[in-house]
Amino acid sequence: MPNISRDEVAHLAKLARLAVTDDELNVFAGQLDQILDAVAKVSEVAADDVPPTSHAVPLTNVFREDVIRPGLTQQQALAGAPAAEDGRFRVPRILGEEQ
Amino acid sequence: MTDLTRLSAAELAEKIHAREVSSAEVTQAHLDRIGQVDDFVHAFLHVDAEGALAAARAVDSALADGQAPVSPIAGVPLALKDVLTTEGVPTTCGSKTLEHWIPPYDATVTRKLREAGVPILGKTNMDEFAMGSSTENSAFGPTHNPWDHARIPGGSGGGSAASLAAFEAPLAIGTDTGGSIRQPGAVTGTVGVKPTYGGVSRYGLVAFSSSLDQAGPCARTVLDAALLHEVIGGWDPLDSTSIDAPVPPVVAAAREGLRGDLTGVKVGVVKEFSGEGYQGGVQRSFEGAVEQLKALGAEVVEVSCPNFVYALPAYYLIAPSECSSNLARFDAMRYGLRVADDGSHSAEEVMSLTREAGFGPEVKRRIMLGTYALSSGYYDAYYGSAQKVRTLISRDFEAAFEKVDVLVSPTTPTTAFKIGERVDDPMAMYLADLCTIPSNLAGNAAMSVPSGLSDEDGLPVGLQIMAPALADDRLYRVGAAYEVARGSITDRVPELKGVSA
Repeated sequence: MPNISRDEVAHLAKLARLAVTDDELNVFAGQLDQILDAVAKVSEVAADDVPPTSHAVPLTNVFREDVIRPGLTQQQALAGAPAAEDGRFRVPRILGEEQ
Repeated sequence: MTDLTRLSAAELAEKIHAREVSSAEVTQAHLDRIGQVDDFVHAFLHVDAEGALAAARAVDSALADGQAPVSPIAGVPLALKDVLTTEGVPTTCGSKTLEHWIPPYDATVTRKLREAGVPILGKTNMDEFAMGSSTENSAFGPTHNPWDHARIPGGSGGGSAASLAAFEAPLAIGTDTGGSIRQPGAVTGTVGVKPTYGGVSRYGLVAFSSSLDQAGPCARTVLDAALLHEVIGGWDPLDSTSIDAPVPPVVAAAREGLRGDLTGVKVGVVKEFSGEGYQGGVQRSFEGAVEQLKALGAEVVEVSCPNFVYALPAYYLIAPSECSSNLARFDAMRYGLRVADDGSHSAEEVMSLTREAGFGPEVKRRIMLGTYALSSGYYDAYYGSAQKVRTLISRDFEAAFEKVDVLVSPTTPTTAFKIGERVDDPMAMYLADLCTIPSNLAGNAAMSVPSGLSDEDGLPVGLQIMAPALADDRLYRVGAAYEVARGSITDRVPELKGVSA
């Protein structure tokens, strides 16, 4: 199984939106490598003829009557917002400086 | 006067319903106990004295009006794991990300507790987002094991288990994704049950690994756990994975078990869960428990479940994969922590900096592990293979349950380890869940019941009992019978040192 490099961990952190520090990268690279090495054991028994299970209980679509139910009020929905303005969530700018 | 904190939930309910003692007195006694010992134990992240006493007074006033109790445990207070939402009461999941979050809604479990007249004393400490086996991953400091302050109380539900062993609460709720109810139960000498997946609603349970997460009852006796199980269980239209079937008759089964006769019950000992890596005292306690089951009339056979050894690696692919997706919701936009929102950073940068500041190391590790396992090129080898292992484990259970009614094993390979001992070694930490994970992957029901104290270190050991999906009642019958034969454990919890009574 592949050794996971420091650069690969940096890439994973970027994908996962984690602004990890250099020190963390060094620690995580070693630990993820060790964990991946251990969990790779699953491939020993995962034969082609074994179907995968995603859920212990078989999932079926659940339908219900389309009835109006009370939801959160605007005030409740915004109560936990890090920033709100004019009754809406205020978010930082979406585009970077270069755009 | 009797120390109300030493009584079982069943005993307290009887006294409250007979109006020998009020729910307010019982609740206050536990709040006082929390005040005395929780600086030392740190089982609670938040204590809601006002809310608990108001709920208690409502029960007392209804009883005084001559109304029947709204549930068999009406008036008996409880400690709630801080991963279930509580309207108007903080819910942090042990994370800085949610440090100041006050949910606008109740989880279904919370609602059912309120409707059953159960005063909620407060929210218990846990590993951040339920990821861990020691409660050391809480952003707010570890919980200490009441049996030995230097040791872990298990995890992720260490706070709930410790609150029971420290007599701060007679009942508690935990959640179990890989053993987070059962392993803390084992190392604190308390009872913990992971119901059949889908048996208790996940609505309002902050998601870690949705296909595995399951809330369940924690208590000091099997009967108490059963009484709580019936209150929180049942179908919920707000959870699409909730099972539309009656709650198994767990209270009746516990009462039957208390008669101490297991004639006709077939018990299978899982061959794979012994040997290297199992502490001698745990092994001997387990063997003693098996002998007691035989003495109670059970027929005991050895059963092989060859794929169980692959459960741990499969779990550490499936759970991180689902977590990497579930925790994407913590994006610093609608609720929770936001840092670096100073006008110079874009939304994406704010998101990354907030997640860096808000999550602890274990959560980051698992998010990255899951991101890796789900990435193209590795998906089939890791996540795909893990899902196949899940099938093989379910088949092992099916084959075993054709031969026996329940399976047994130690709950966890060792007694409580020392705080700090495994924090820098994730794989060593993960081994604590070795025996509990198969039941999460297959979705069947499982319980940990104390099997006494290890002869080498005097610390509690847990016996794990596993039953087929929707046969949760079998756990209670066998667990209660065994509990009677073994005798009480929690009356041997040492007086908490450094705490003035």
